[in-house]
Amino acid sequence: MRLEYFQMVDRIIALDIEARTIAVESSVPDQSPVFEGHFPGYPLMPGVLLIEAMAQASGWLQIALMKFERMPFLAMVKEAKMRSFVTPGETLLIEARIEHEGSGFMVTSAKIKVAGAVKCNATLTFRDVPFPNPDFRSHMDAVAERIGLTRQAPHD
Amino acid sequence: MSSTFDQVATIIAETCDIPRDTITPDSHAIDDLGIDSLDFLDIAFAIDKAFGIKLPLEKWTQEVNDGKASTEQYFVLKNLSARIDELVAAKGA
Repeated sequence: MRLEYFQMVDRIIALDIEARTIAVESSVPDQSPVFEGHFPGYPLMPGVLLIEAMAQASGWLQIALMKFERMPFLAMVKEAKMRSFVTPGETLLIEARIEHEGSGFMVTSAKIKVAGAVKCNATLTFRDVPFPNPDFRSHMDAVAERIGLTRQAPHD
Repeated sequence: MSSTFDQVATIIAETCDIPRDTITPDSHAIDDLGIDSLDFLDIAFAIDKAFGIKLPLEKWTQEVNDGKASTEQYFVLKNLSARIDELVAAKGA
């Protein structure tokens, strides 16, 4: 996880296309400029970044379902609950499932666990559109390779 | 059993916090009720779930953008309700 680059997913650990679920793992860094401000002397993973982590896990699930042909963009966050603090050095298990596949949008539910305890959860809505340009698609292909998605969900 | 329009109007009222009595069959979701595309995603989600269908929003939007259909055909509520009835019937066929 590199917070300052919004790299919130380290690796895919399970992807079930039929069940429409994904589980990813990510380690909160021990140090980051983010923690210098949030908060001095009391570093906490910001809630908005936990939402972003759930959105990215949900996003990779959708990309796999759409066979890398469309890109989901976060459109709505509902019922987001930050249940307890997430701190530097913790390993996150981020789980997401598709709640609904609409025409041009999907709804997911996602949660983050640390050592079995749910730290936060949310219901997220995404609009999905064709990749805006080839460079973007290539970038996402490279990230998918890095986090192990291509091995889980072959495309092309 | 309530009509399709009644169910749609209730969904819109609850989703967008619009007084139910201001929503009529002739209301245009966008022009009269001021529903934007993001709120309409929420409405589509609720309609899909309530009726067990998938509103073809992308197809409708494309048809409107291409000039092959008017927004009234899909977004005036009596017409939207008729489209929903067609989708439900097609699902059961």
